[in-house]
Amino acid sequence: MSNTNKTYWKGLPQLKNDSEFVKNADKEFVDLAVQEDPGHSRRDFLKMMGFSVAAASLAACEAPIRKAIPYINKPMDADPGIPNYYASSYINGGDYCSIVVKVRDGRPIKIEGNNLSKVTMGGTSAQVEASVMSLYDNYRLRGPMAGAEKKDWETLDKEVIAKLNEISAKGGQIRIVSNTILSPSTKAAIDKFKAKYPTTTHVQYDPISYYGIQKANKESFGTAMIPSYDFSKAKTIVSIGADFLGTWLSPIEFTKQFAVNREITEEKKEMSRLYQFETNLSLTGANADYRSMIKPSQEGLVVAQIYNILSGNGLKSIDKIAHLEKAANELKANAGKALVVCGSNDKSVQIVVNAINNLLGSYGTTILPGSPVNYRQGNDEEMATFVSDVQGGKVDGVIFYNCNPVYDHPKGEAIAAALKKLTLSVSTSTTPDETASASGLIAPDHHYLESWNDAEPKLNSFSLSQPTISPLFKTRQAQESFLVWAGESNTEYFSFVQQYWKDRFYSASTGDFQSFWDKCLYDGVLEGSSAPASYSFAGNVEGALAAIGSTYKATNTGLELAIYESYGVGNGSQANNPLLQELPDPITKATWDHYITISLTDATALGIENDSEGRTQLVNLTANGKTVTVAALVQPGQAFGTVGIALGYGRTKVGKVGENIGANVYPMLTSGESIGFSVLSGVKVEKTDEKFQLAQTQIHQTYMGRENVIQESLLSDYTKNPEYWNERSAKITKWGDKVEPGTLSLWKGHEYKNHHWGMSIDLNTCTGCGSCVVACNVENNVSIVGKQEVINRREMHWLRIDRYYTSEAKPENYKEAEIASENPEVVFQPMLCQHCNNAPCETVCPVAATTHSTEGLNQMTYNRCIGTRYCANNCPYKVRRFNWFKYHDNQQFQTVNPSMNTDIGRMVLNPDVTVRSRGVMEKCSFCVQRIQSGKLTAKRERRTLKDGEVVTACQAACSTGAIVFGDMNDTESKISKLLQIDHYKMVKNEDGEEEKVFNYGIDKKYNNPRAYRVLEEIGVKPNIFYLTKIRNKDKVKENA
Amino acid sequence: MKKCLSDPVKLLTLLLFSLTLSFTSYAQEIPTDQAIIDAGGVLFNGNCKSCHRVKQKLVGPALAGVETRVPSIDWIYAWVRNPAKVIASGDEYANKIYNEYNKSQMTAFNNYTDEQIMSILAYVKAEANKVDAPAPGTATTTAGGDAGVPTAYLNAIVIGMILILVLLLVILVLIINALKKYLDNKDLSPEDQEIVHSKYTVGSMVRSSGFIFLVLFIVASVSFKNIIDGLYTVGIQQNYQPKQPIAFSHKIHAGQYEIDCKYCHTGALKGKQANIPSPNICMNCHAQIKEGTNTGTGEIAKIYAAIGFDPATSSYTGQQKPIEWVRIHNLPDLAYFNHSQHVNVAGVECQTCHGPIQEMDVVKQYSLLTMGWCIDCHRKTDVNTKDNHYYDKLVEIHNSKKAMKVEDIGGLECAKCHY
Repeated sequence: MSNTNKTYWKGLPQLKNDSEFVKNADKEFVDLAVQEDPGHSRRDFLKMMGFSVAAASLAACEAPIRKAIPYINKPMDADPGIPNYYASSYINGGDYCSIVVKVRDGRPIKIEGNNLSKVTMGGTSAQVEASVMSLYDNYRLRGPMAGAEKKDWETLDKEVIAKLNEISAKGGQIRIVSNTILSPSTKAAIDKFKAKYPTTTHVQYDPISYYGIQKANKESFGTAMIPSYDFSKAKTIVSIGADFLGTWLSPIEFTKQFAVNREITEEKKEMSRLYQFETNLSLTGANADYRSMIKPSQEGLVVAQIYNILSGNGLKSIDKIAHLEKAANELKANAGKALVVCGSNDKSVQIVVNAINNLLGSYGTTILPGSPVNYRQGNDEEMATFVSDVQGGKVDGVIFYNCNPVYDHPKGEAIAAALKKLTLSVSTSTTPDETASASGLIAPDHHYLESWNDAEPKLNSFSLSQPTISPLFKTRQAQESFLVWAGESNTEYFSFVQQYWKDRFYSASTGDFQSFWDKCLYDGVLEGSSAPASYSFAGNVEGALAAIGSTYKATNTGLELAIYESYGVGNGSQANNPLLQELPDPITKATWDHYITISLTDATALGIENDSEGRTQLVNLTANGKTVTVAALVQPGQAFGTVGIALGYGRTKVGKVGENIGANVYPMLTSGESIGFSVLSGVKVEKTDEKFQLAQTQIHQTYMGRENVIQESLLSDYTKNPEYWNERSAKITKWGDKVEPGTLSLWKGHEYKNHHWGMSIDLNTCTGCGSCVVACNVENNVSIVGKQEVINRREMHWLRIDRYYTSEAKPENYKEAEIASENPEVVFQPMLCQHCNNAPCETVCPVAATTHSTEGLNQMTYNRCIGTRYCANNCPYKVRRFNWFKYHDNQQFQTVNPSMNTDIGRMVLNPDVTVRSRGVMEKCSFCVQRIQSGKLTAKRERRTLKDGEVVTACQAACSTGAIVFGDMNDTESKISKLLQIDHYKMVKNEDGEEEKVFNYGIDKKYNNPRAYRVLEEIGVKPNIFYLTKIRNKDKVKENA
Repeated sequence: MKKCLSDPVKLLTLLLFSLTLSFTSYAQEIPTDQAIIDAGGVLFNGNCKSCHRVKQKLVGPALAGVETRVPSIDWIYAWVRNPAKVIASGDEYANKIYNEYNKSQMTAFNNYTDEQIMSILAYVKAEANKVDAPAPGTATTTAGGDAGVPTAYLNAIVIGMILILVLLLVILVLIINALKKYLDNKDLSPEDQEIVHSKYTVGSMVRSSGFIFLVLFIVASVSFKNIIDGLYTVGIQQNYQPKQPIAFSHKIHAGQYEIDCKYCHTGALKGKQANIPSPNICMNCHAQIKEGTNTGTGEIAKIYAAIGFDPATSSYTGQQKPIEWVRIHNLPDLAYFNHSQHVNVAGVECQTCHGPIQEMDVVKQYSLLTMGWCIDCHRKTDVNTKDNHYYDKLVEIHNSKKAMKVEDIGGLECAKCHY
């Protein structure tokens, strides 16, 4: 029984039992400290009411005339009301995802992963899911511009060509600056341009540079490349500062691979073990089995020490790093099934990492240098040369192809200043961003959902992009611009791509070209084949170790800064996307904000305090000679003596949503051979007197002291007894007897004669990434409410991811709390309407607006709801959300919620789901629109519904497959098999004999030993099951 | 046993009888045998009906009494098999009707046998002789046993009772007057005199509290009822019949020509929307038919203008302009309705909700389209489970003598339509 006394807490205020937290914890709707001034009096109300009654009765007299305008020539496959799906590719700089776009009536409204892709394997990320909204961004340019002046394409082209010729004539230099270009056709188009203007040089850079890895591989293997990684083959993974589940290199792909070895079944009781050594608590660190905190100044030494242990050279680079020796020994033991990755952009560190992997035999098993990836081709040295050239007046013309170096390069300001002196500066950006507005001309590109394109994310893996909507504005594809300016006769980029594919991939032996092309377009991807090149390690380890020794210090007393890529808005290119701004950061659970993360110890020393409502102070952060003023967030797991800050904020020209949130910290990055993301000295944090309130969702919705929310066990305990966790679950006392909760009920239950929908969520494979949250928001038209309303605890997300910290025992005093919050374990739990069979919300609704369906769904009927909020008060899971405002067609929310308040934004709404109005309750519907549509398709085809036909939005978005949804009445369904549901029960027939009959009821037995229902003891019998979290940790011996 | 035997015997005699009849009818007699009439009916409905009716003039003449109008039965045979030939031969009667009907030529049915043509004539004659049946739905309701007293009678009764009451009032006034006169003649004390002569004026009556209460009560109740009734009609647009940009007649297309609804409304079987047809569907026929029955070329020209078609040269100009139809059926956005569920899966006829569309020149909203109206149908309607394996399990479990209604499988649940 008493095998653990772990305590789970959502944030420091809960751990410390903060009085305000306690006060608010048992309230579903917290009284706001300041009563809002409604801005109108009772008298106004009566006037308005009188007027609206009159208006309503007048309006009722005459029906508004609504037009229905059919196509003139209806295309064969376009039917109003029936969605079409197109395979395409999400490309944002070097970020890539193969996708399927759902198009309703000519408008893309939802993005899902493409299962045919061998690269992303059907996974998506929050940014990919949200990118559909950036298509309808009001900030996008309507057409070409010259400064603030509108132009037409013809005059713009004339001007550009004239200036290019002028530069050419005098032998001036032309530069094309871009982020990583994945598309071979685009590169071919740029080559055409270069052929016409031979003084052109193409410079690629990446806002988040991986140049150090390229350089290290160049020195180790002779080629500047980044290899493919295969986390699914690794049994021991050691990551030094690489957030490969969150932001590092190709997180969608890595998350998919990582999940393979985290899945536990009764047949496969093995899982990989992840060691993470890092400064900021990252998503990967939160999922690690062992997480050790290191300062950025120790990063290189940790890598060196692992090398020392593995190579047995007897050197000692660093001491007293928790789990370091253990990790190294385990790597050694699992050689061939081990993988070491490092997030550092320091060439020397990466050479040593390569050496380690070489010692472990990872090349060819967990690292595939034979199929290098193209995600990051940026060259920091070339970019630095470009900056000095443009400053020194050596360049006459620059074309910025979809990049924003003025914002996202450390020397951005210098570039902006130098641009003014150039003969020609053109940006192809879709919005008048920082770089575009500093350029003389803007030739706006299409959004990727309006474009033809191709991509080669990995060597010999190809992918196509196709337009899913005709261009909204008078924009033109940038590649077409290059072709026009190059004076090509055929400038249509579609035929250019097609021709490129015909020349490169098509061979007549496989049939005619049209069918080859159609197949590629239909699949979205094409796998090429070639013999992988072999590589042998030839790096100078000694030199690298020496370099590390001089750069890094085992003990550094000064404050250090670790700069990371924001999980939500990424490198800042999608900062105007409200879905991403409102997506709570997986770790800090903060929305709409920029902050430094600081440990409790350091914060206390500086006099910084966070309260349970997110109130904090602004601080001045100085690093690398730059000072920014941002909020401070006390973060458990932050290494002592360090602060962390995210890139991607502080955009000044990005649109109303993302403008002026936080500060731009790109200028704080260190420049050297490659750009560095940590500042080791000269970092200063000063507390200011200014107060600030962060919009953090972490301590909204707590369970009022109820336990049994999270269940976990160690792998070793699980292997011995799969039901180990269950020994401590609650029991109900009945006549001196203790029985399982749920065996007693006041309720009559239900009979689900047709379908019985259920869901299972595996806490072990869930990484907490949040792409399900964004997918749910897009699918179900969930309102975005903005920062102030999040502070007021009125966020509308139907699906939230609860992030719990966990530590041994409840702290008794401040010191213990400090220790508990030093480096806590983390567990993520997606929480949504549990669709209880005995739903407490249903019984308290006075108007029967929430009822139970014959398929096990807890239905919410908006048009019936009168907003008493009794249901939310009675919901033990706190998943019901109340519309405090009319979030649509409302000026007040136009800035934060453009998708419901602007004409262009509204195009993203899903027409199958009602947009809710003020005063009604809403919650997860199990994507009932998808259920209904799946059933209807089956009915139309006169057949039974097959498992897997109905997929909820969250399930489709989940890269790890942690969410499984299906019919629990279907004996063959995936969920039935996963939960090991017993579909039969014994009942006495008329003759008094026991008979085995199909169990249509709610009390189906589930035999998966890991399955449990949250708050099982209260007997509401949810239709959502969770599978316990298993940690692959060694058991700490008691009294040891 | 006897019964079983007698049926085939009957059938055989009938067959023989009809055979003999058909032989006799060869002598230009229109047969009256039911079997032949039925066979003729099938042929008539399948081939003739798009242009001819028995008692009604459509594209072609009404056929009732055709056998007496035409020169001979043999003329009919020749005409049906090849009308063009008859016209070309200079036949007087043939040319007369050809000109009468705007020189629109009848389709030739050259493979019809004499018997077949005769059977059609038999059918036409039988139909022509039928007395017009009362229109369903009007008189029949009153005939129902449990229908109660018809409203006409009710009105008569009420009027009668009011008459009686008025009569009573007159009698009472007369009696009062008579009594007054009688009392005047008597010797009465001054108090009694006052009582007898006290004035019951209209004014005093109006001012009486009883009267005021009564009037207030009646006014209040009537207005309350009207308000409630009024509120129920808010948002209901039954009989909404807006003017459309093109005077398209369903009566001609769906009624007269019996074009299948789904020929134009292509989405009804597969999607949410039934789809207002795009003009390219119109052009399937109207590329040829350039003149309409009701409006001549005027309305069809609007289709040509929309799709950019030049009827003179039968070519497309490329100048297109969408047609802005006025939406008649407006469900609120909070209600999800899918045509394919009802038309395809359930096999509901279009007319069930849209009314006798084939009789509407201008379409109107026939049904209430309220939630009550939806629910009512879901309560009454049997699920169409035939040959649909989706319902197999439900049918098996349903296990009741009563038919499985939509209601029984969750058809009344909120989230079936509201999400």
